[in-house]
Amino acid sequence: MTSTTEAITGGRLMVELLEEAGVEIVFGYPGGAILPFYDELYHSKKIKHILVRHEQGAIHMAEGYARSTGKLGVCIATSGPGATNLITGLTDAKMDSIPILAITGQVSTDAIGTDAFQEADIFGITIPITKYNALIKKADDLARHFEEAIKIAMGGRPGPVLLDFPKDVQLEKTSVRKASALKIAPHHYERPKVKGDPQEFADALNQAKRPLLYVGGGAINSFASAEIKALAEKANAPVTTTLMGLGAFPGTHTLSVGMLGMHGTAYANKAVLECDYILNLGARFDDRVAKYQDFAPNAVRAHVDIDAAEFNKRINVDHILHGDLKDAIREILPFVKGGDRTGWISRIQTLKQNHPLDYDNSGESIKPQDFLNRVYTKTKGEAIVSTDVGQHQMWAAQYYLFDKPNTWLTSGGLGTMGFGLPAAIGAKFGNPDKTVICVTGDGSFQMCIQELATIAQSKLGVKILLFNNNFLGMVRQWQELFYEERFSESQWSYNPNFVKLAEAYDIPAMRIEKKSEIDKGVEFFLKDSGSALIEVMIPAEEKVFPMIPAGKSQQDLIEFKDLGKLKK
Amino acid sequence: MKHTLSILVNNHPGVMSHVSGLFTRRGYNIDSIAVGVTDNPEVSSMTIVLNGDDFVVGQVKNQLLKLPDVLRVQDMAYASSVQRELVLVSFSISENNRSEALTICNGFDVKILEMTEDSLLIEFSGNSRQVSNIIAVLKPFGIREISRTGQIAIAYRNQNAV
Ligand SMILES: Cc1ncc(C[n+]2csc(CCOP(=O)(O)OP(=O)(O)O)c2C)c(N)n1
Repeated sequence: MTSTTEAITGGRLMVELLEEAGVEIVFGYPGGAILPFYDELYHSKKIKHILVRHEQGAIHMAEGYARSTGKLGVCIATSGPGATNLITGLTDAKMDSIPILAITGQVSTDAIGTDAFQEADIFGITIPITKYNALIKKADDLARHFEEAIKIAMGGRPGPVLLDFPKDVQLEKTSVRKASALKIAPHHYERPKVKGDPQEFADALNQAKRPLLYVGGGAINSFASAEIKALAEKANAPVTTTLMGLGAFPGTHTLSVGMLGMHGTAYANKAVLECDYILNLGARFDDRVAKYQDFAPNAVRAHVDIDAAEFNKRINVDHILHGDLKDAIREILPFVKGGDRTGWISRIQTLKQNHPLDYDNSGESIKPQDFLNRVYTKTKGEAIVSTDVGQHQMWAAQYYLFDKPNTWLTSGGLGTMGFGLPAAIGAKFGNPDKTVICVTGDGSFQMCIQELATIAQSKLGVKILLFNNNFLGMVRQWQELFYEERFSESQWSYNPNFVKLAEAYDIPAMRIEKKSEIDKGVEFFLKDSGSALIEVMIPAEEKVFPMIPAGKSQQDLIEFKDLGKLKK
Repeated sequence: MKHTLSILVNNHPGVMSHVSGLFTRRGYNIDSIAVGVTDNPEVSSMTIVLNGDDFVVGQVKNQLLKLPDVLRVQDMAYASSVQRELVLVSFSISENNRSEALTICNGFDVKILEMTEDSLLIEFSGNSRQVSNIIAVLKPFGIREISRTGQIAIAYRNQNAV
């Protein structure tokens, strides 16, 4: 490593390297061990820093930013408690393959291992929840670590990386401002060549009478939407997406059968049972989708994925294509023939007609499904929607149709309550011109509620749609259906006045309780580009259907109309 | 079925935790693990013996290869590799059985490191089965302490050699 440039401090170099990597915004919270870096950040003209209220907020904001823009999300925390507050977000990003760079301060190298003030072994703690992590012991190594970490976060199957910087390393001077060589083998970040036989792949699809494309989050990461649409249309094959894949194929397309899995549409789950060929495009046979080895029991199974470790991990497949989804589909396409699938397509239409998404909208109370439909219509389906976790998340997945990738931000793999609000904030910073809506529940909202201050401080236009059932709704649903209505610790005996609370943060807010108020509520909520909170009171008994009970498979799907059967 | 994986990794702190953590996290069981640096000080070699069918071993290999510090993973077929383990055993002897013990040691190619009036400290290396055998044979004498290295392995250059 030779370089004749003038020596600068590690902290200065960290800022320069972020700038060079094109990072425009970072979300963070300072503290003693990261102060040298913050001192240098003070001078940066290119990087905007968003001061959050809790480090969990910082990393979910970075995730929301990354998920909605496709760029790297960056968050910063100090050592010890600052760093450990990132754990949930790192795990979340790992489960959903989101490219995140987490920068943490660490106690000085001579104090490491002595139980120093605010010391935590964040390197050791985050080994299982990062794609890569490193403790940087010399300022001379800093450039290399940065380059490697960013390449690893973004490359291949994306994921979170964490770099831990002892305070003295941030103060140490170095003239090594660019890595002369990387230690990590290129296959960890370079786009792999497609391995497998695209023609064999296409042949199996061509022979199928009832093909089904099953699209996952990998489609979003590989920006493969156009290719998937071309493939579906050429092959005349219906498309279902996972929770993570929503938006990768237009939800309004005639070939779309919506989401599959635990709370997917009945027609998607029935199509899985009836198809004779299922092509998994960047999904991972998650257990909420494919419970058993006999998933898609009548189908030849094919799988395209960038991560070789996903093949045959849970469900055995007949055909494998290893590589980036976009590249792989481009290689398959020329061999695909447009068979006559009118029989299958009309069967799908029949399924859609006979098993629609359904709920009872009689009575005076507001049904969340209805309200989401109105929001969908009013925003013309063009909003970016983030959610928390629970019933509201599933209703949003079902009733807001996503036509474009990177517009649906949800914690799919980890199911993190508290994700929604900060994710929406991050998304709004990345997409200032778009309407960004956070759909949340009265439980989830309170997990990162302090980030309302971040909205206020940045005068950000984030829309919060709060469904209040005074319950941990999804927990209540399970207790009602599977625990004989013993509502153990799922009902709130206290909830704050959410309207007043929002107003305390200068966010206009309104509560509606009756159906007759819906129009007024939607109007208020979406009237301008500023932030707003609408609290929609909904019945606690409202449930999410369809539902595949936990541990069961597609055959055991319960629809709204079967509710009586279930509670017999 | 037992499999022996030979893994080359970058030699820096934390790599061992990364590798062993992967096994814990995914529920794979390690029978033994042995690590040493190679002729290149930047690279270490790990030998991991694990119990599992081909599916498990395939998963382990794929997951290992995802770790940025893992450079190569080789599944060592028994027939085309040398597999060795070193063991140190200290066991009790008495006047009555001292000569019996020494006969066994000679027969097994065992190195005697220390002999006292009432104990023997020996060193033995061989494949895992041989190591287990010698321990079994010495057991009746009364074993005081055992230290096993875990297995290491290397492939024959000539893959046809047996
Ligand atoms: C951090 C965290 N803790 C607990 C859970 C378990 N959990 C899943 S859904 C749910 C209830 C969510 O309630 P709320 O946010 O009010 O949404 P609702 O289901 O009522 O729409 C809980 C507690 C979780 N997913 N995440």
